[in-house]
Amino acid sequence: MTSFTRRIALTAVAAAALASLPALAAEKVNLGVSIPAATHSFMGGINYWANQAKKDLEKEHKDLKITIKTAANAPEQANQLQDLSTVTKINALVVFPFESAALTKPVAQVKAKGAYVTVVDRGLTDTSAQDAYVAGDNTAFGRIPAEYIVKQLGGKGNVVALRGIATTLDNERMDAFNAVLKGSPDIKLLDAKYANWNRDDAFKVTQDYLTRFKNIDAIWAADDDMAVGVLKAIEQAKRDDIKIIFGGAGAKGMVKTIMDGKDKRIGADVSYSPKFIYDAIKLTAEARLKGEKLPATTIIPSVLITKENAKDFYHPNSPF
Amino acid sequence: MPQPEAAQHRSQGKPRWAEHLHGLGPVIGLVLLCIGGTLLNSDFATVDNAMNVLTRTAFIGIIAVGMCFVIISGGIDLSVGSMAALIAGSVIMFINWAGPASGSPLMAVVMGAVLAVVLGALFGLAHGLLITKGRIEPFIVTLGTLGIFRAYLTYFADGGALTLDNDLSDLYAPVYYASLAGIPVPVWVFVIVAIIGGVILNRTAYGRYVQAIGSNEQVARYAAVDVDRVKILTYVLLGVCVGIATLLYVPRLGSASPTTGLLWELEAIAAVIVGGTALKGGAGSITGTVIGAILLSVISNILNLTSIISVYLNAAVQGFVIIIVAFLQRGRR
Repeated sequence: MTSFTRRIALTAVAAAALASLPALAAEKVNLGVSIPAATHSFMGGINYWANQAKKDLEKEHKDLKITIKTAANAPEQANQLQDLSTVTKINALVVFPFESAALTKPVAQVKAKGAYVTVVDRGLTDTSAQDAYVAGDNTAFGRIPAEYIVKQLGGKGNVVALRGIATTLDNERMDAFNAVLKGSPDIKLLDAKYANWNRDDAFKVTQDYLTRFKNIDAIWAADDDMAVGVLKAIEQAKRDDIKIIFGGAGAKGMVKTIMDGKDKRIGADVSYSPKFIYDAIKLTAEARLKGEKLPATTIIPSVLITKENAKDFYHPNSPF
Repeated sequence: MPQPEAAQHRSQGKPRWAEHLHGLGPVIGLVLLCIGGTLLNSDFATVDNAMNVLTRTAFIGIIAVGMCFVIISGGIDLSVGSMAALIAGSVIMFINWAGPASGSPLMAVVMGAVLAVVLGALFGLAHGLLITKGRIEPFIVTLGTLGIFRAYLTYFADGGALTLDNDLSDLYAPVYYASLAGIPVPVWVFVIVAIIGGVILNRTAYGRYVQAIGSNEQVARYAAVDVDRVKILTYVLLGVCVGIATLLYVPRLGSASPTTGLLWELEAIAAVIVGGTALKGGAGSITGTVIGAILLSVISNILNLTSIISVYLNAAVQGFVIIIVAFLQRGRR
């Protein structure tokens, strides 16, 4: 190390040390945001809304500094958390864990160093590692489409479902869906297969459903990306028995279709917007600026999107 | 390495019928699967279902034909899934731009299809040059580009999806959805690519060089084979195959996202290996590769058509079948 770089490093360390002194920085918030990389549309949305929050909130509060780190896998996220804590010296953290179990210890370490921790969406296995939890409502994500389908079909018909990737989150949604169908014995769930939240897989699984079942009234695609594959497979098979295709999460293309009434089969969607990362960052930053705490759990409700309220969920600039 | 050579001698010492039996491994596997599929669901044996399966096999199958050359020459390419995704994204961006800009949507689509193949060839050329002239292991080069290609697609798509404009999408759709003589276009293309691949591998000097390099590179060098040129060409061929697969893939959903082509490299490699080609190179067959690719699609098709096995175990069933088929022809390795 040359003396010049050493001096810079020393200055940086000194500055960081000063910034972390509680007396000098009583109401300064140095907020770290740790999220998965944009590897699919939904995470693209998470990244977009996190950056949007940084832009809006830093403009609004001069005592707030937000650092965003994206990770491609759990070990990388753990490393980044370490860096945020020791190099960036954050005093508040909003983290969207890649995996629940693997990130619990690393997050607990950040908290042990005195940072206020808000966990988003995917929970930790040990909740004592967090101060607050903000999430979308997965039960409603499964319940709302089921209620909609039952109502639209008048309580009678054949339904097939596409599932995401085998995870507890997916089980939660499927269980909620099944629970509603239990109340309507004339609605038959023919089968539910994994399509991994992926368009190509959804296309194949739907093709096979169409081969196997001669009469399907509704398809619960359980995700707007998968709904794209479902639509193409139906189009190819030239089937007109399917009356309802229900996606999920409120992607902008799907919301636009509902807004414009372009496709009779797509009349509704359920919100599970990546915007909750924006809300989580905003809630955490503003509470910490005032020295307050968040409620232990904040559930961002999943609601039914129909033609009437679709414009509230349409964000044309978001990648999702 | 004494062990693999010993194994090779042993298999060469076997009578001809035994050699043939080993080559039949994937065929036996496929026939057994089809019988099983028909017993489980009568819709399995319909023409429509067969066409669905063959059409979806076309992408992986075409890539696997190119992969077969690379593996026989002793190389590997881990990047084909990411490459397909990046090519798909680039082609969609190009067509969306060229459609209005050139005033002729049809021209834009045709040029987009050509671009897919050209891009594939260029990416393949880059791989080949880095591996031969740059003297880097193929595993490392393509592991690097695996990340590079997908990252650029994610960047271009802004984390979301790149989607073909509606009118252009309708114009392009027949390339995937149309049929000739009752057989979908992608299946025709798959058959043609496989036949050309088979002819190049078995009936040309180039094909013999590829096999010679794979079985012993030093000996091939002494025999005055231009090893570098032959190797570079195998990667270019694979790139062209990926380009062709992508130009068929784009009209299917009219969009590319960062999950496009995920794990295609493993499916293509699995198809080649299940089809009887040795991972260490030297020998292999296009027919086996084609059957291997179809076999992999049939497994997931059967799993979708039945609901006796817990959905949690789908991947396990696929794994078991791959291992069993490989076991049926183990003498080759």
